[in-house]
Order: sequence, then structure tokens, then C-alpha cells
Amino acid sequence: MTHMEITRRNFIVTTVAAGGGMMVGFHWATANAAAINAKPWLNPTDKDGVEVNAWLTIDPEGIVTIRVPHTEQGQGALTSVPMMIAEELHVDWKQVRAVFADANRHVRNNNEYINMSTSGSNVVRSRHPHLMQAGASARERLKEAAAKAWGVPRNQVVAKDSTLTSGNRRGTYAEFATAAAGIRLEEEPKIKKPEEWWLLGQSIQRLDVPLKVNGSAQYSIDTRLPGMVYAAVKCCPVPWGDLKSFNFEAIKGRPGVIGAYEMKKVPNLTGGPDMQSGVAVVADSYYRAKTALDLLPIEWDLGRNANVSTQTMAENATRLLGLPGEALGESKGGDVFAMIANPGTNKVVKAEYSRPYEAHARMEPANATVSVTADRVDVYTPSQDQSAALRLAAAQSGMDPKNVYVYTTFIGGAFGGGGGGNTAVTKQATELSKQLGRPVKVVWSREEDILQGKQRSPHTSRFEAVLGANGLPTAFFSRSVGTETRVTSGIEDNPYNIPNKRFERHVVASHIPTATHRAPGTNQNGFIFEGFVDEMALAGGWNPLDWRLKMTEGQEDWQVVLQTLKDKAGYKTNLPKGQGMGVAVMEDHASICGACVTVNVTRRGVLTIEKVVVAINSQHVINPLNCTEQLEGAACWELTHAWMGGLDLKGGQFTNLNFDTYQMMRINMMPPVEVHFALTKGGTWGGMGEPAGPPTPAAAANAVFQATGKRMRTTPFRNHDLSWT
Amino acid sequence: MALTLNVNNTSYTVDVEADTPLLWVLRDTIGLTGTKFGCGIARCGACTVHIDGQAQKSCNTKVSAAVGAKVTTIEGLSNNSTHPVQVAWSEMGVPQCGYCQSGQIMTAAALLSKRPRPTDTEIDEVMVENICRCGTYLRIRQAIHRAAEIGTR
Repeated sequence: MTHMEITRRNFIVTTVAAGGGMMVGFHWATANAAAINAKPWLNPTDKDGVEVNAWLTIDPEGIVTIRVPHTEQGQGALTSVPMMIAEELHVDWKQVRAVFADANRHVRNNNEYINMSTSGSNVVRSRHPHLMQAGASARERLKEAAAKAWGVPRNQVVAKDSTLTSGNRRGTYAEFATAAAGIRLEEEPKIKKPEEWWLLGQSIQRLDVPLKVNGSAQYSIDTRLPGMVYAAVKCCPVPWGDLKSFNFEAIKGRPGVIGAYEMKKVPNLTGGPDMQSGVAVVADSYYRAKTALDLLPIEWDLGRNANVSTQTMAENATRLLGLPGEALGESKGGDVFAMIANPGTNKVVKAEYSRPYEAHARMEPANATVSVTADRVDVYTPSQDQSAALRLAAAQSGMDPKNVYVYTTFIGGAFGGGGGGNTAVTKQATELSKQLGRPVKVVWSREEDILQGKQRSPHTSRFEAVLGANGLPTAFFSRSVGTETRVTSGIEDNPYNIPNKRFERHVVASHIPTATHRAPGTNQNGFIFEGFVDEMALAGGWNPLDWRLKMTEGQEDWQVVLQTLKDKAGYKTNLPKGQGMGVAVMEDHASICGACVTVNVTRRGVLTIEKVVVAINSQHVINPLNCTEQLEGAACWELTHAWMGGLDLKGGQFTNLNFDTYQMMRINMMPPVEVHFALTKGGTWGGMGEPAGPPTPAAAANAVFQATGKRMRTTPFRNHDLSWT
Repeated sequence: MALTLNVNNTSYTVDVEADTPLLWVLRDTIGLTGTKFGCGIARCGACTVHIDGQAQKSCNTKVSAAVGAKVTTIEGLSNNSTHPVQVAWSEMGVPQCGYCQSGQIMTAAALLSKRPRPTDTEIDEVMVENICRCGTYLRIRQAIHRAAEIGTR
């Protein structure tokens, strides 16, 4: 057995050797497939080959290293981006390596990688044109280089499997890489049509999997830099409140404690919240910093929001639901108020739905490690946009952005929570490193992570509908209240052919910072709107699935999804009491996704979700395996909030701050998920990471109604008494 | 104070307070960062390690309690990811963001050492300790069955 002596004195040297650090080199995984390294943010250098363009290099062995300008947060970008480029380049997948692109280069070279943000299900959906273009352009340059050498026209050179051929002439990509790098094409090639794909469309396992089964994948929170110290931070528990005072004397003598520092409020450019007022305790280990912070006497001025609660916000929403709101452009037809007020013999259906705040609660709590020196700044942060993190670290440190380096680590869950550069904690670490003159790692406790995270907006909607003689709606009215305009996402743009409709909203100010949250807007409204849709269908005497098919007649993109559910899910409305099936459908990030959920509810009200069937029309699918995993994950994501979630606000601050009280679905609650792709293969590419969230809880609640006769119009489900006799 | 730990068959002498959670000694003092911090209150399982073969949450285990015991972390579960659970996890492509997976794998490995062919119910009873925010639960369950096959082959 080896023995290692780890003392304070030799701590730095030892940890660099044992745990790795910036000085440690790296080696490629030796798997017989495309591969990545545990630290794919260490940027490729010339030794990795010839740079044909900013996106890829080719080494003498023919290994193609693809630079991925997006983050890997479990959604598969580190695989899908190389797939799209390799498709065009036509390189054997085993010859592909992936690294993260250099954010500093991107910023220095005027956004060379076009866009480094990883959000909105955009990586494949919206970025594929320029990503595939990068591969196509490299391929045509290689062909042109060979054509020139061989004295033949480029269109007589074939590029396939890393080999260039023309007649009996033959060469490798590696041989022509240097010449290709110097070629300028008169006209850039067009990207391939889906029917020409040889690689895209296949199920390929994500390249990061091998690194995530042995602890070697490096996350931001794992960063260890020579001379690094640790900070634990508490900001005012009521956002926008202020630190009044703290008494450092009380913790001064504690082991390892270096100091306590005030964190000043720094709003972002749009006046939204970034760094809040608070205090950081810095020590030589995180645990010492955190225990000292817990003992630090702190006085807060909670500010003017200290009386806001879930209840006061609900009361305000109820008041606003009675007042006219902003009418939205999708409204059409006649005077729905008159139709609802004077329905004659027609039935009127009314209901009110709401959803509370929810947190991202990423498994990797917010953290950042920053080193500010006289001539450069180095940043490690679980950001969904390295270039944004770079710019905000530059702003906070006062450094020229050209001298700021952001490393794209693996991210322990993103879901929108790391958007905009992972703002607050990155600024905190930058500020502390600037003040201390050494690298600082800030880690938020789970409680701080939920308390200071940017949350998902609460939504409340009131619906009224008039049903015509055939039971289908002739007039529809909705009025929604939330803290962001997404409060009507999926409602105002619903697909149902209703002749007269009016959508209104109130967007109210709140002191709680909000952010996108995996399927923002539609996740809340899937449950809210598709629950009411079920109520309209049943009140009109319709089978809820047939109602949706009828009401989307003529819209092929929706019909294929609903018809697939009808064909595959075995939807029934005549199950014995205690059992039920429900359906729902929603468009999110350009994909239309439907869900059919089967539930069992015992007489005592214990809910089991037995099965979820998902049908999605994203029009195209580049990796069915990864897409299936994303659909399973997104269904779980939103069932979690609908079933178990709900942040409670009291005294202006959230009160359920860890997994004991902010509860998650666990494995014993997870139903099987069956996935069907129902693709219309048109001109749109739909997203895949988010769309299964919105319909799933609505389908579950609709199934619970079938099982029990009890209609859930609020979440979480666990607060409802579902018992029946 | 100086304490001696046996982690992954390596002996480490560390200078920390005796009540420091094992998690932070592993991550910050020794530099084994495969074991993750998720909640700090033993409710998410991301910090799960083996102490004398038992799955334990290292975030609420005092380092002093691990003195004299054999501590195994994800880094020490096998050489080259060859433990049946790691092989199954790779085959099934279980991890998404991957942050919780060290803990999931350690919990699963401890389960299989006691119950080489667990049922779904037995899997759920044990794996309920570990949260996965990406929702990889279905593949975790499948991979444990697959690991059982590999392990008893």
C-alpha cells in the first residue's frame, strides 16, 4: 500500500499531483470509438494536428479533433456537435475526438464560433446549419487540395471515410490537411439534406459516458488550483435586501479562517439581479469556511419585500384575475365576454389553475473558481454560456476580456440554471479573487443554492369557455398572471380551432429573480392549459383524445402526434375506478409532444404513475438513443415538480431549501417511459431536451381525474387528497 | 489533528478536525473529487462511498468514524471501470449530466454485493436514497439488472 502524508505545508504540491490541476497533462481515452478526455476544456494545440478551420484539426494519424462551442450538461452536445460535423466531413466515427472550443478565442475573434450559449434546446435545432457548414467547408477544402495536386476538377474527388479518391488516385485527409487549411473556396458548400445522411439518424452513445462511471469527469466544482482558497457565501435571504453588519471577531480564531468579506450588490446590464448583498467567509478548506460562516453573526436589512409570501402573491393573482389584462395578438373572432355572459342554452365551463415557484436544484450546487492576477483571469464555472461568463468576469475584475479565459467543464445539470454565465456565483468568485490576490473557489450550500437561485415563475390562469351544440368550444377566454411574459406560452399559441378566443395576461413585478427552467413557460402551462382542455372535452361529452384530434384537424404536425398516441398507447376512458389514463399535448421549442399517462390511485389516495407513453414530432432526429434518454429525463423532470415540488415563500424568502423539504421524485416513483417518434420531416428541426416535460404532468392529472373524479388544478399533486370510495 | 485513513488501499495521513465530514476530506484534502457534494444532509446520495463495504453518505460521516476502516470511493471501485456496475452503466449509457452517478454506482455496487440478483422492488428500496435530477432512473434500474447478469456470469 502506498502512503501519502498530507499536511498543511505540502498541501498544494500534493494535491496537484493527486487531484490534478492546470499543470497536469492529459491523455486520450483509448476506447475503440470516438472519445473525449476527462478535461475536454484543455484546448487543442498545434500538436493535435492541422487546423483546417476553427472547428476542427486533423492530425497525422487522421484523428479529427472537433471543437464543441457548447456545454455538456447531460443533453449530449459533446456528441451531437461532433456527429453533425463528422456527417459532413465524412470521417470514420472512431477517428473523432471532441474538445470544448476556446471561449477566449471566440471573444477575441469577434464571435468566431457564432454562439456559445447552450440553452433553448438550440444546439441541434438552431445551430445545425453553421455546425454542419463547418464540416462541409472543411470537406470541400480537402477535396480542392487533392484536386489541385492531382490536376482534376474538385467534383471528381470523392471524400469518404477520411479518404480522398479520384480514379485510381488516393490520399488521406491527413495528407491534405495542411494544403486544405490554406484554401479559400469561391463559394461555400450547402449542407446535406436529411435523405443524404450516413451518420446522422443513427443511435450513437454519448462520448461522455465512460468518464461518468469512474469519477474522472471533471466538473467546475472539482477545480483545484495551486494556492486556491475556499469561500462560503450567504446573501440576504430576501433578494434585494442588504447586509447590515457581521461580526468577524466571533469566528476570527477558527481553524483555517482567512477572512470575511462583504459582497456588494451588482445588478446586471438590464437591471436584473446578479450578485446580491451578502458576506463571504474564506478559509483554507470549504468545510472550514462553511462552518465558520454558519457561526458568523449577521444582521440583515430584509428590505421592503419581507412580507411577501406565497399567500400574498396568490391573493394578488386572484385580484388581478378580476381585472382586465393585456390582450394578446392571437386573440380573434367576436366578443367572447358577451358570448360567455349570454350563452343561451349552451354550457359554460370555468376553472382556475395555478403553479408555484420551482427551483432548478441542479445536483451540482452553484460554484465557481476564479483566479485574478495582474495580467489574466481564469474562470471555471458551470455556465451555460462560457462567453457570457467571460464577459461578466471581465467586467467584475476590470480585466480586458481578451485576457480572460473560461474553461468549459462538465456541468452537473443545467436546466436553465446556469444561463447568462452562471452570473452571481461567478461574480462572487471573481470579486473575492481580485480582493485576495489568489484563486478562490466559491461553493454555495444547497440551502444557498435554492435560496439564491433564479427560480421558475409561478403561473395562475383563469379559463372560461362556451360549448356549442356539438359539445365543442365556440368561445374561449383566458386571463393569466405571472412574473414573466411566458405566463401565456402554450396558451395563446394553442393549436385548437376555436372560432372566438381572447387571451389576456398580467405580468407582475416580483423581488424573486427568475430564469428559464427546462421548457420555461410551457412546463407550467402544460398542466394548466391541458388540464382545462380535458375539462372542456369531458363537459362537451367528448373523449379527450378524440377531442384533441378533432380540434386540430388540418394540422398535420399535431395530428401525427395524437394519432400515434391513439394507435400506440391504448388510451381508454372506461377503466375501473382507481385506474385512469390521461392525455395531453403541447408544443415546446418547435417540437410537438404528446403524452399518455396511466395511473393507479388507491382508495386511500395513494397515487402510482404506472406508465408514460410519449409521442414527439421534432420533424428530424439525429440520434434516436440520446433523444429517447432526453424524453425520459424531461418527463421525469416535470413530473417531479408537479408531483413533489413547490417552493414555499414566507417572509419574502423561500423556506424549503434542501431535499428534505424540497422533494424530488426518486427511483421508486419513476414510471416506465415508452417513446415514439412521429416525424413529419419538414423544414423545421424541433428541440428534444425539453418538450416531454409540458404534457406529462397534465396527462397524469387528467388520468387521476379519470381514476378518482378529482380534478387537480394546483400542484404539487402530493398536497391533494385523492382518496375515493 | 492528524488522522490516518485507508482510502482505495492507499494510506493517507490528513491534518483536519476530527468532526470534518469524510466527504470534504476526500474531495478537498486528498483530492479525490469523484465523490460529489449535493446536499450536505444525507438526502441526495451524491456523496455515497463504501466504508468496509457498506454504502455510506460521506457528507454526514465524520472523518474520525472512518479511521481504521477501509474506505472505497468511485475512483477505487475498480481498475479501468471493470466493476460489473460500471460496465453495465457504460453499456446502458446511464449517465446524463453524470454528477449523481458516482453515488448511484456506489449504492448499486453495495446492493449487488449483498443481493446478487435483486428484484425491481429490492432495487428501488435501496436506490431510493439517490436523487438523479436528469431522470435516469429507468436506465439505472435496467443497468443494475444488467450488472447482476455480468456479475454472476
